[in-house]
Amino acid sequence: MHIVVCLKQVPDSAQIRVHPVTNTIMRQGVPTIINPYDLFALEQALQLRDQHGGEVTVLTMGPPMAEDSLRKALTFGADRAVLLTDRFFAGSDTLATSFALASAIQKISETWSAPDIVFTGKQTIDGDTAQVGPGVARRLELNQLTYVARISGIDFAERSVTVERRAEGGVQTLKTSLPCLVTMLEGTNTIRRGTMHDALRAARATVVKWSAAEAGIKDLTKCGLKGSPTVVKRVFAPTPRSERAQIVDLTGKSNEEMGEALMAEIFARSPSLESALEKMAAGY
Amino acid sequence: MSNETTAKTPAPQGGRAGMKKELSEEFKAYKHVWVFVELERGQVHPVSWELMGEGRKLADKLGVELAGVIIGAPGEASKMAAAECFAFGADVAYVAQHEALAEYRNDPFTRVFTDLVKTYKPEILLLGATTLGRDLAGSVATTLLTGLTADSTELAVDADGSLAATRPTFGGSLLCTIYTLNYRPQMATVRPRVMAMPERREGRIGRVVEVVPNLVESDIVTKVLSFLPDRESSKSNLAYADIVVAGGIGLQSAENFQLVKALAEVLGGEYGCSRPVVQKGWVPVDRQIGQTGKTIRPKLYIAAGISGAIQHRVGVEGADLILAINTDKNAPIFDFAHVGVVGDATRILPTLTRAFRARLSVNRLAS
Repeated sequence: MHIVVCLKQVPDSAQIRVHPVTNTIMRQGVPTIINPYDLFALEQALQLRDQHGGEVTVLTMGPPMAEDSLRKALTFGADRAVLLTDRFFAGSDTLATSFALASAIQKISETWSAPDIVFTGKQTIDGDTAQVGPGVARRLELNQLTYVARISGIDFAERSVTVERRAEGGVQTLKTSLPCLVTMLEGTNTIRRGTMHDALRAARATVVKWSAAEAGIKDLTKCGLKGSPTVVKRVFAPTPRSERAQIVDLTGKSNEEMGEALMAEIFARSPSLESALEKMAAGY
Repeated sequence: MSNETTAKTPAPQGGRAGMKKELSEEFKAYKHVWVFVELERGQVHPVSWELMGEGRKLADKLGVELAGVIIGAPGEASKMAAAECFAFGADVAYVAQHEALAEYRNDPFTRVFTDLVKTYKPEILLLGATTLGRDLAGSVATTLLTGLTADSTELAVDADGSLAATRPTFGGSLLCTIYTLNYRPQMATVRPRVMAMPERREGRIGRVVEVVPNLVESDIVTKVLSFLPDRESSKSNLAYADIVVAGGIGLQSAENFQLVKALAEVLGGEYGCSRPVVQKGWVPVDRQIGQTGKTIRPKLYIAAGISGAIQHRVGVEGADLILAINTDKNAPIFDFAHVGVVGDATRILPTLTRAFRARLSVNRLAS
């Protein structure tokens, strides 16, 4: 089987700082990582390949330095890496991104073979939209399976796949046919360390780099800013509240007095809470 | 302000398709505000009514109608949902009923929804950012080739009638306002509890538009084999709880997290945590509060050992009363909490638990 995993290289959001005066993002020195949600997708893809045979192609769109993430994916055991990079992609929103990725997957199908499954993480940690996966599925007319917790079965003879997905208030078991697009839920597996063999192979491997034209994209108006219906008009820091918290001084108080003082403070500010709690305590 | 972004990602000249609004004749015909009413297994998700409240404000500002869109199986539940739409402020309810829509599946829902949009042409489309809403919104926006803003925290109408959707960006460290100037409909999702529940007015009526979707079950590839509801015991009511106690890494260990649970239990509330706590594996992800977790609007929120990064702040700002406990008097949480205690949460939490337990012990039912 052929599996394509879409990855995104993202800034490690835990390390992003905002300049206190200019309110701009200080990107310098912020390390980049593979979007953590995408690693669950990659590991699932590798497991399926290990069980059923076949190949895993990792795909990303980004600046030339996004090659780092693809190489990392190769060390985990991916078989092939494709980097979609072109200044025409700059400023893409989720709709333009899904167009570019879908075009690249078409090209991957023509160059090697059509994927049976396309995997993505459930969302990225920088955009947090969860829109690109469904966008790619729609554009390629793949059956869409989001928030998948488990692939419970694949039947190649029947060309079908059964998954458990997180739905509102429960777990939905869905059966659909291949090809499909799966967005993986977090915590479903742990990315492997990768073998020494994989590390050596990754070091020697060539990352395939495609420009928009090389990916077969003819209509550049669907790419980048031009292809993005959304416009970001304003980026700003949240306004601070006019007053800071009123600090309750508990120095010199015993443990018992502390609890009493804080409870009194809470009830003084929210009398309705006091009566609600009393009702609850009385068993209403 | 976005210099740095543009400098990093040089765009081809003449780009930025529409910083100026130039709506085509076709799109000028798009009017009215729609809210997708998330009906599953006979129940409407409360986020739909929260959005109805926001939608009402937008529709009034634009001087247009507000409609609820109900997609489901034929039966009482859809009718009831239509009546509820009116009670929460809708003027119109579009009801699309078909056996194939009994349980949510992306394909038939996307088809029915996009057909409705193409037929009735709404200018604004709001959906809840639930697993269902996000699954559907992404497909619908791509099919319609329009803009979609995820997880909006504020919706407004601009002077020229455009929807201004504000959301946190860069991991929740800044906010940005996003427009879909030249495409219609303008789509946005909003997470549960971000908007306040509007007042429900019994007896309000509206117009029901029934739609018969052109669906054949055998054409739909994806089948639902089963649905296993979450066990009551594992279900957290975090987003809708009146009292929430949460802990951060200031608690220093997974064992100390028990102190948070103990206080929540005495108060009959729910417990939650900040993102780093989930990353450390102390608490499962469904308890995370903040931009990438749950948004809460409790009457009382107690934050113990949580520094209060913006990503957390946007998830708790709707709380009526925030009590923060942190050893660092400069922690950002004190910028938006109402009451603060500078001190060690592992010491202060048990004192609160004891005080509340003593106060509420009379007649308390065994929990």
